[in-house]
Amino acid sequence: MWDYSDKVREHFFNPRNSGPLDDANGIGDFGSIKCGDALRLMLRVNPETEVIDDARFQTFGCGSAIASSSALTEIIKGKTLDEALQVSNQDIANYLDGLPPEKMHCSVMGREALQAAVADYRGESWKDDHEEGELVCKCFAIDTVMIEDTVRTNSLRTIEEVANYTKAGGGCSACHEKIEDILLAVNGRLYAKEVKPTQAPAATNGAPGKPKLTNYQRIRKIEETLEAIRPLLQRDHGDVTLVEVDGRNIYVELTGACQGCAMQAAALGGVQQKLSETLGELVQVLPVAALVRA
Amino acid sequence: MQPIYMDNNATTACDPAVVAAMLPFFTEQFGNASSIHSFGSRVGKAIKEARVQVQSLLGAAHDSEIVFNSCGTESDATAILSALKANPERRTVITTAVEHPAILSLCQWLEKEDCVVHRLRVDRQGRLDLDEYASLLNDRVAIVSAMWANNETGTLFPVEEMAEMAHAQGILFHTDAVQAVGKVAIDLKKTKIDMLSLSGHKLHAPKGIGVLYVRRNTRFRPLLRGGHQERGRRAGTENSASIVGLGVACELAQQYMTEENTTVKRLRDRLERGILGSVRNAFVNGDTLYRLPNTASIAFEYVEGEGILLLLNQQGIAASSGSACTSGSLEPSHVLRAMAIPYTAAHGTIRFSLSRYNTAEEVDRVIAAVSPVIAKLRQLSPYWSGDAPLAHPEEAFQPDYA
Repeated sequence: MWDYSDKVREHFFNPRNSGPLDDANGIGDFGSIKCGDALRLMLRVNPETEVIDDARFQTFGCGSAIASSSALTEIIKGKTLDEALQVSNQDIANYLDGLPPEKMHCSVMGREALQAAVADYRGESWKDDHEEGELVCKCFAIDTVMIEDTVRTNSLRTIEEVANYTKAGGGCSACHEKIEDILLAVNGRLYAKEVKPTQAPAATNGAPGKPKLTNYQRIRKIEETLEAIRPLLQRDHGDVTLVEVDGRNIYVELTGACQGCAMQAAALGGVQQKLSETLGELVQVLPVAALVRA
Repeated sequence: MQPIYMDNNATTACDPAVVAAMLPFFTEQFGNASSIHSFGSRVGKAIKEARVQVQSLLGAAHDSEIVFNSCGTESDATAILSALKANPERRTVITTAVEHPAILSLCQWLEKEDCVVHRLRVDRQGRLDLDEYASLLNDRVAIVSAMWANNETGTLFPVEEMAEMAHAQGILFHTDAVQAVGKVAIDLKKTKIDMLSLSGHKLHAPKGIGVLYVRRNTRFRPLLRGGHQERGRRAGTENSASIVGLGVACELAQQYMTEENTTVKRLRDRLERGILGSVRNAFVNGDTLYRLPNTASIAFEYVEGEGILLLLNQQGIAASSGSACTSGSLEPSHVLRAMAIPYTAAHGTIRFSLSRYNTAEEVDRVIAAVSPVIAKLRQLSPYWSGDAPLAHPEEAFQPDYA
């Protein structure tokens, strides 16, 4: 059985605000009967203030789907529509003290139903752009659709690249076979792990035809490379800044979501690979903490 | 409140007699059966006895046809991979759409290895079309693998007849009998079944012990090489304690076979009648005329199975569901889907699987518990209103989904 938090269990056994809401003026139906999770969210919105005076739900779904629906109604009651729309699926999961990775989609479903209900109240048409597939990476709750899209959009070729872009496969590594299947399906073939140009020993000793960079040029290049990587990290609410360059050791500071994240090592690895490629030499990227220790 | 265990198709409790027989093999009887000294030879003798006990339950012609291994999954994989290795010119496997994942996942992988896999379809009652089966038998087929009894619905397949049909065309036949052994009378020497999988923990022996029956003169290639154990067909030091336990469990299963098909069956029927009599919009899945005596697969429309299990568990009742949400995949059981059970019923399917340890009193407690649980969840369901489903439930609630 799932390792549900006490809060999830409590909201499942004693759901708040369940059942029909007769004078609802905004209704959102969302979910998939095929996948066994669907809910109807009913709102009674004060037309003067746009405050949600009451919210109720009906859900066909598992324990965490019912708990997520219950949590959602508790969170949004008393909020204005605009405030309610700021509620993310992560907020719903946090309210319940977390959900198992396989069950995060229950919180997403709540968030989508909310958007549908608000659109219904406002007389707008709402089109869901959410799609999910089979869960691949259990460490970071990444599904097939997310991986396929990212592989296609960014022409990814290897498991390492998939981990750098989506986090999938960056944890326990048990899903690497499934990721390979996706790479094969999208690319039509499997690519060997890319051989870093720096692995040729000649490159580090000023290979002929490749002029050695001055210190200034080298640091400029490091900065440019980091600039190019930052948007990727920022997408995950993280960031990276250059702190010090000491020979082949490059010290960076990871901030935001990257800091202390289980993916820190993978993020550093990705930065290191990129820097080694652009500089044409083997470098080591270290967190700033390592500089302090040194 | 005494907990009630009705999930015996998932696993069973070890019979106390099985545990008692095993214990000495963790202490004084710790020898390696391969050793020449008396520590080893006593263990070797015990394994030999267990082999005869398994042989007897299966009705095998020779005790050397019994190959001990680690589990049902290993037996299934060994059988299919052996058939493909031993018949390299044949690259087709015939199986059914409702097999256990031990077979289906393997077959999915074999397709990537350039094998052709035919999955026989089933009807709404979970039955095979033997004409379709016959039309697929040809000299490119390496092996047919069909389960004796379905783990979710208990539906039995006519494997003896299917084995005859395969045999007539010179094709190997394997059956995953993990759910059938101990509940269905089996007499292998009178059949054309070449290989059969059995798992100890489904018949009151411990987990981690399985058997592959391999008929004498069947071309066979081992999965594990590296030792002479099991006559070289399954290398690795014998799990002697569990083998002894399985032997005792098989002997007990033989003794209780009639009880399984009379007393346990009556309890199962009482449970089904009681639940269907007290809950509307519920029905039994599977072939009710030809199925295991202990299994009841009941679909409760317009609710989802996990919620039912959590609420039953709160009352100390253990069952399992045919729903997605207990497995982590998104879709409901492949067995119910293959039977074309609608999603609104497949997701709400609960499997109660009984054993000889269940009592009439327990059955009555479960009957009394189920109805309020379903009613509570239906009050939450968008398909339900008051004490009945909406007039046109599938039209009244049509959620958006990309």
